[in-house]
Amino acid sequence: MASRALYSPRHPVLKKRDDFEDVLEERRRSSDLRYALRCYTPTLYKGLVPCKVSMLKSIVLQSDHLQCVIKQVSSESGDSTECVAEEASLILDEMAHRMQLSTVRFFVFTLSKAFKRLFRSVCVNEEGIQRLQQAVQEHPVVLLPSHRSYMDFLMMSYLLYMFDLPLPVIAAGMDFMSMKFIGEMLRMSGAFFIRRSFGGDKLYWAVFSEYVKTMLRKGYAPIEFFLEGTRSRTCKSLTPKTGLLNIVMEPFFKGELFDVSLVPVSISYERVLEESLYARELLGVPKPKESTSGLLKARRVLSEDYGSMHVYFGHPVSVRSLAEGKIKRSQYNLLPRYIPQKPSVDTHEFLNDAAFRLVRIQEENMVLKPWVLIATLLLQNPDGMDLSSLTEQTDWLRHLALAFGAFLDWPDHEACSEVISCSLALHRRLLSVSAGHVQLSVTDAPQVETTPEEAVFQRAVVVLSCASYRNQILHVFLRPALLAVAMQSANSSRKDDIYNCFNFLRNMFSNEFILCPGDSVQDFEEACYLLMKRGVLQVLEHEIVMSASGQSTLAFLCSVLEPFLQGYQVVCRYLCEETNENLTEKEFIPAVRSFALKLILAGRLKCFHIHTVSASLDVLWAFEVLWLFN
Amino acid sequence: MASNSSSSSAQQRLRIIAGHLQKRPEDEHASVAAQECKAETPRSNPSSAAPVPKRRQEIMKWNGWGYSDSRFLFNKKGQAEFTGKRYRLSGLILPSLKDWFEGTFGANLQHKSPATPTVNLSAVAPPNLNEPFIEDLKAAGVAASHDPEDRVFRAHGHCLHEIFALREGRIGRVPDMVVWPSCHSDVEKIVELACKHNVCLIPYGGGTSVSSALECPHEETRSIVSLDTSQMNRILWIDEKNLTAHVEAGIIGQDLERQLNEHGYCTGHEPDSMEFSSLGGWVATRASGMKKNIYGNIEDLVVHIKMVTPRGVIEKSCLGPRMSTGPDIHHFILGSEGTLGVVTEVTMKIRPIPEYQKYGSVVFPNFQQGVACLREVARQRCAPASIRLMDNEQFQFGHALKPQVSSIFMSFLDGLKKFYITKFKGFDPHHLCVATLLFEGDRGKVLQHEKQVYDIAAKFGGLAAGEDNGQRGYMLTFVIAYLRDLGMDYYVIGESFETSVPWDRVLDLCRNVKERIVRECKERGVQFPPLSTCRVTQTYDAGACVYFYFAFNYRGLSDPVHVYEQVEHAAREEILANGGSLSHHHGVGKLRKEWMKESVSGVGLGMLKSVKEYVDPQNIFGNRNLL
Repeated sequence: MASRALYSPRHPVLKKRDDFEDVLEERRRSSDLRYALRCYTPTLYKGLVPCKVSMLKSIVLQSDHLQCVIKQVSSESGDSTECVAEEASLILDEMAHRMQLSTVRFFVFTLSKAFKRLFRSVCVNEEGIQRLQQAVQEHPVVLLPSHRSYMDFLMMSYLLYMFDLPLPVIAAGMDFMSMKFIGEMLRMSGAFFIRRSFGGDKLYWAVFSEYVKTMLRKGYAPIEFFLEGTRSRTCKSLTPKTGLLNIVMEPFFKGELFDVSLVPVSISYERVLEESLYARELLGVPKPKESTSGLLKARRVLSEDYGSMHVYFGHPVSVRSLAEGKIKRSQYNLLPRYIPQKPSVDTHEFLNDAAFRLVRIQEENMVLKPWVLIATLLLQNPDGMDLSSLTEQTDWLRHLALAFGAFLDWPDHEACSEVISCSLALHRRLLSVSAGHVQLSVTDAPQVETTPEEAVFQRAVVVLSCASYRNQILHVFLRPALLAVAMQSANSSRKDDIYNCFNFLRNMFSNEFILCPGDSVQDFEEACYLLMKRGVLQVLEHEIVMSASGQSTLAFLCSVLEPFLQGYQVVCRYLCEETNENLTEKEFIPAVRSFALKLILAGRLKCFHIHTVSASLDVLWAFEVLWLFN
Repeated sequence: MASNSSSSSAQQRLRIIAGHLQKRPEDEHASVAAQECKAETPRSNPSSAAPVPKRRQEIMKWNGWGYSDSRFLFNKKGQAEFTGKRYRLSGLILPSLKDWFEGTFGANLQHKSPATPTVNLSAVAPPNLNEPFIEDLKAAGVAASHDPEDRVFRAHGHCLHEIFALREGRIGRVPDMVVWPSCHSDVEKIVELACKHNVCLIPYGGGTSVSSALECPHEETRSIVSLDTSQMNRILWIDEKNLTAHVEAGIIGQDLERQLNEHGYCTGHEPDSMEFSSLGGWVATRASGMKKNIYGNIEDLVVHIKMVTPRGVIEKSCLGPRMSTGPDIHHFILGSEGTLGVVTEVTMKIRPIPEYQKYGSVVFPNFQQGVACLREVARQRCAPASIRLMDNEQFQFGHALKPQVSSIFMSFLDGLKKFYITKFKGFDPHHLCVATLLFEGDRGKVLQHEKQVYDIAAKFGGLAAGEDNGQRGYMLTFVIAYLRDLGMDYYVIGESFETSVPWDRVLDLCRNVKERIVRECKERGVQFPPLSTCRVTQTYDAGACVYFYFAFNYRGLSDPVHVYEQVEHAAREEILANGGSLSHHHGVGKLRKEWMKESVSGVGLGMLKSVKEYVDPQNIFGNRNLL
């Protein structure tokens, strides 16, 4: 690996990014009602086979694929085919969207009002929109937005309507359906609902995959789904799921479509609506069930200021070029195409790799606000910082982040202190500022005496909320940070030793962060390059040497990863000290959580290290992987 | 002795039949009807037609397709015309070809890319002669030549890169000499001598290969001898009891058909190249004829094959119609592409000339409907002698070949037809496509059959569109190669290629391959969108044969042939990825060798190799095709 060029071609710093435009500006000037009722004439796919929602259903039910599975299921279960077909039809009824322009118009009207209230601005890269307009005409399109908030898919549809693009059909979790009225509204604006888990249900899978594929093949509408599968509660990208990705790629693999365009979309919030909700959820307070009354209660979120929001439409990724040389399409030649086929090992690997790469693109195009830098620093200084040193360090960090290719939205012509005080004001609920000293704290002081447990809980909510902002920038520092930790723990300056250590850490964190499988050499070289360019390291042929001036940068990078290492340690300690034999996964998380609480109360663990909870399952997974590797 | 008596009795019978035929001249209904339909075959008097001469260059182009006297050109008025007297189109003006040509390719009649007029003989390397071989050959009395023109003529087939190089006057490795055996025993002698003196033999039939099969391998250091079978062109006997004919393998398609016609028979094997391709070539490449629905492909037509190999002669011992004697040894020969030996004599099935032939055509609103109709026709197993479905681009191409209409009334009629289809029936002229049909048999059955097919077509939105359109469709396939030469005079290069594919993948394959071609051209800097068109040209129970035409304007490209080859390569990859075969009837040659293993598996390739190893250990038949 030493012989490989250090310069990595997909270097993030060299990325050119488009400019943004605020789409709310126009909304603030003209009538929302007239806007919602305006003439909507989307650009269409050239191979579009026009078909109505009802027709779509019968096409799916009549499809060879579904008929084949119905026969299979019927012969396995002994039920009559009519019976199974009826079941399939019910599944489809439960699943299918019923898009209606009138409902969409209603949403456009209400969302215009809501967005104007919630956000200072909603910024979109118009070049991305233009690229999408082009892509939509040429090939069926799949939209892959990041998922941080319920707002995501509402915003996506809203924007596509705004720019006269075809409205997407959206794969949504079944939990929405339980919201009586809203569920149906969402359905009429293009959402279709899938059960959270249906692993072994052949029939369900067949209906679902055929439904999605039919829409894709007919060019019915862009398909939208979330690679991460669910909202990320930590604002850290989640390990992508490949099931739906396989479904949308298969029509290309099997030659039914010439190509499919995947469009990664990065949606970033200056303040996430569900901020403290997520933190509580992570700490074991169950997530409020999606219900209409719950939504009404949540109205109070409308009265707050959530800053600005950025939506970045990435370059369309052609499945054809992605699969070039990796997928042998002739493997599908020997079986009639309607017979369902499990993806081969190669295909699976390809899907996984593609999914990781797409999430990486999402990450890279995620806009970061100054607050993200501040949150990172405040988390590293639990006792608080003086405003002046915070300003100074934020400025330093800003330059570091930029050098590492962060997509930072920093106001150009404002003084650093101005920017910082602005950010602090927006996030005042997480802070206390007194006499020039900034500290994370719970602002609404407890009225009654609280138990130590409750105090810890309150504090943990703040820490986790804050951490969710720090997490947004992790992908920028991740690779250099892994290198920094590797150098620290390798106790050697030999390149090979450091690489081994780097690789170990990378494997350990492979489920914690988005690290493309198989890219470890490339990641290592990228990290070396970035730190070398920054003057932190000197990379020689066989050795990596730290420069004198690099100490502070390395220390910073190490402390970026420290909470995660600590978290993993706690879980290890728990596994060593406390576990009894028959621990189920379900009990595991609460058990680790209370173990951590005990440690904190005993003063053996600091509160701001409470990443334990989110990490605990990943840790188990990581151990399995490491164990396999050794 | 036995063969002597049988051939003499056959000759006697021939004489009798010939007598019958001569006594009943032009009013003989059957032969007239059949003759009329052969738009493609030369019009010249059948009995006076001469066989292929040894010096082919005297009647054929040395750097293009077909007869020297027949070619397309744009006359001084800028109108396209076809010269000569041989074809239906000969001497006619084609008024709409120019607009189609300029519109489709962005070509311009001002921009010419003329060919080198004559062979530059100094560019031909001196022959590497094996003197002892030549002496022995002379002693055996076999005709031979090492004249450069003869050698150049036999160094190529009709791949684009081969013709393009000739037009530019570039000449690569050519055979060192040409030999003309006149019968089976001549071939035996030649092969024996070749083994004795270690000479490389490349069999040459009609020279219409489109798989680089005739190219001399660069790595070959021995003397290369082109074995031209054209003088082995006799029908040795006709057996009316069993309806078979025994024919020397060098005979070319049109001569075979014409001579059989004189006796009231035909083989019914009509590949598009039948004017020039030879019986031996058909066997060696597993050829397919347009009318295979009635008569079958070459493998269905042959009853007995005699082939001379370095190991000796391979043949079966009887003329039984089918045998269970292990793997059919004919299938080692069929498709062997000249790597194992020379096919010298073939016994093939013959049929009485059909009483009645009728062309037809059906217009469909779009290609999907057309394919669905063909599939249904195949399902009901009622395909006419030929049924082909052209896509929209090819339909327009065919239209551009409409000769000048002689009367105002005719042009009015054409306008009316167009109005009816596009306006009244609402067919989109940019989507409609046309199926061409050819029915054959006795009159009553043909008419009944015709009705059945048109009824099926109607279910898929098809409208009968007349005999004329049908006939023109078939004409296109015979003149396409002449048209390519015209294109090459104006910076347009192109070629055709084919595949076979299961029914359910036909549409996807056609769309993907066409789109891949367009995309690859764009990526490789071709300035104008290419012509990328296809037709479903044969139907089978389980699938169809698809034929692609691909051509583009190469102005502005420094190495057009390379670009062309890259695009064709990509198109073939696309075909294979979409479940299509490596070839339906063109064969593999050297052009498609790289995919052989993928196509037939490693074991399959090993089997073929071991046969080669046994039959020809010295690699005397060293054209290096296939394996």
